[in-house]
Amino acid sequence: MSNTMTGAQALIHALESQGVDIVFGVPGGAILPAYDPLLDSPIRHVLARHEQGAGHMASGYAHATGRVGVMVATSGPGATNLITPLQDCYMDSIPVVAITGQVATHSIGNDAFQEAHTWGISMPATKHNYLVTDAADIPEVINEAFHLASTGRPGPVLVDLPKDVLAATMTWHEPKAIKLPGYRPSVKGHPLQVKAAIDLILESERPVLYTGGGVIRAGAADELRAFAELADLPVVTTLMARGAMPDSHPLCLGMSGMHGSYTATTAIQRSDLLVAIAARFDDRVTGEVKSFAPKAKVIHVDVDPAEISKVRKADVPIVGDAKAILGQLIDVMEKKLGGHRSPERTEWHEQIAEWQRDYPLAFEQDPNGPIQQQYVISELHRLTGGNAIVVAGVGQHQMWAAQFWGFERPNTWINSGGLGTMGYAVPAAVGAKAGMPDDIVFAIDGDGCFQMTMQELITASVEGIPAKIAVMNNGSLGMVKQWQKLFYHERFSATDLTRHTPDYVKLAEAMGCVGIRAERPADVVPALEKALAINDKPVVIDFVCDPDAMVFPMVVAGGTNDNVIMSASDLPDPAGPQPEDVI
Amino acid sequence: MNHVINVQVENKPGVLARVASMFAGRGFNIHSLAVGPTADPEMSRMTIVVDGPEMEQIIKQLYKLVHTVKVTELSPGQGIEREIMMVRVNAEASKRAEILEAAAIFKAKTVDVGLSTLTFELAGDPAALGDFLELMRPYGITDMAKSGRIAISRDVKTNGKKGRLRSA
Repeated sequence: MSNTMTGAQALIHALESQGVDIVFGVPGGAILPAYDPLLDSPIRHVLARHEQGAGHMASGYAHATGRVGVMVATSGPGATNLITPLQDCYMDSIPVVAITGQVATHSIGNDAFQEAHTWGISMPATKHNYLVTDAADIPEVINEAFHLASTGRPGPVLVDLPKDVLAATMTWHEPKAIKLPGYRPSVKGHPLQVKAAIDLILESERPVLYTGGGVIRAGAADELRAFAELADLPVVTTLMARGAMPDSHPLCLGMSGMHGSYTATTAIQRSDLLVAIAARFDDRVTGEVKSFAPKAKVIHVDVDPAEISKVRKADVPIVGDAKAILGQLIDVMEKKLGGHRSPERTEWHEQIAEWQRDYPLAFEQDPNGPIQQQYVISELHRLTGGNAIVVAGVGQHQMWAAQFWGFERPNTWINSGGLGTMGYAVPAAVGAKAGMPDDIVFAIDGDGCFQMTMQELITASVEGIPAKIAVMNNGSLGMVKQWQKLFYHERFSATDLTRHTPDYVKLAEAMGCVGIRAERPADVVPALEKALAINDKPVVIDFVCDPDAMVFPMVVAGGTNDNVIMSASDLPDPAGPQPEDVI
Repeated sequence: MNHVINVQVENKPGVLARVASMFAGRGFNIHSLAVGPTADPEMSRMTIVVDGPEMEQIIKQLYKLVHTVKVTELSPGQGIEREIMMVRVNAEASKRAEILEAAAIFKAKTVDVGLSTLTFELAGDPAALGDFLELMRPYGITDMAKSGRIAISRDVKTNGKKGRLRSA
């Protein structure tokens, strides 16, 4: 290969050097030069039907594989359509790189055709971003972009490339050593802080390990489990941390927060020590902050110093990588224990067991009634033995999936947590399946979400990416409807979608997928079995579900976690806290 | 309460926009901001005066920006702060002498003389600028421009051997 090449060739070469094997994108005018050398590259390009879909595919790919996902779009509308996936990845710390075309440098600022100020628009939605003005900078910029996306607190990085920069001639060189004097993420935790943390843990009577998605991002699930067992700590996994600790493990209490289990939420609430590992005290977890875990001291481990004491003051802050710090915690704890067992906290374990007995997560499926979504999820889990990557959209179906799917491994739960992006599931499932072709990838989606991005099933069938989608069709924007029922006196404003239009089976078939419908509980297992037997095409199952079901347990937004509502009969007083000032 | 922070940033295109965007996005309030080169051509210094109680978060969020190299909060008395101001004051003939006298006490420089106004330039400690403004206010201030504060920290006063005082 000659060293003289275009900026576009340098871009593709730089992506290859990063080990990129697949990119998700949509071409257009300004990015055209980059698509030409892509034809000669071993990198696979998946042609999405909308740039937002390409972005969520890159995100789903990154979630499932742990590698950096890459999305490509043209200037203007191509780039602005990536903003939602970028912000989504920013909120959930998902490593992705976005490559966008830009109008030629001499046209920038002239309101040229398909011009947008992508650098400015994407700035607050990315960890960092670049506007490249010289083709000679491409090796360094791409190298830095992947470094920033995948190290420290992972996140999205955007590289904006004007068309003339892509077309310009440059001489390829290996990227110079990365020089970012302001970017030095900590890895190891401060030894004194680690020691202080162990002292607090040994003194505590009611400790809880409160774990966030960062445990999965850091690849620290094994260390988490080892530490929990060594120190005998009950583990709560937030929405983003589902799978970080096996749900079947006796120390795992599942998800806490707004729709968490009574036990997980209450254990945190009554604890005297929260050991927060790569969790960020999100409002969905804490409820009202001032009454959150009022008796607990806090050890907070996070790679991002800005998360520590942002919401809740940490008594022992430890900045660094979750995997490294869990390793340090294990070492120090082992030394302290000197071969002895961790102090027994019999009372605390008994209390937790009592909550688990008295307030289990449960549902009822009336064989003659409408299909309950929890039933579909439980049966799918049974039929797959839990061996699947589960992808969810946002809403009731997402919460039920998080509650009722028993997660055993990290990177098997893919959802939009922080941003709550409806429409995430279909494209994210396509991206996940592209990255993990040998795994069953099953999206559990809502009908509202499905209608936002379902066209990516065309991508899936044309590109031969057989993801499976369960559409939980309750004919409504279910979670919004639930709030209207609970807080707006059952005034159902703009939440009705109908369960009949569109015809999801025909729609699936029109998009080259297999369409299956299940209308009664007895249809559920055969439909799932049929779907699981198909491996050469994407499958869509239309589960016609109960339109009135609500997600419980529930803590009212902004309310205290002391008040976990277990069922509809347990509903808050309509004169109680109203949601005007809370989301 | 106002806090003064010095932010050393890489001298890269758009770095001011990144800082400003972060403040806006996080709901932090900037009282004043001055930016300029440093002795190192690869670095710029921003002196930002902020009000609000979230100093810890502001500093951490500044550090999160990739181009931020160092953030220093200057507690009162720890930094040397300066500001420059130009102020135009109504000065009819009968008042001119006393206005000029007051300006002389503050070592304000007369930079423009109009038919019925005087314009002064005053650089120095921000508190002194405030005092001068209060003194001029009764005459009628018709226009005013301030640079925003710049600041650097005070150096150590001893080298371990003997006292070494510097004027500031």
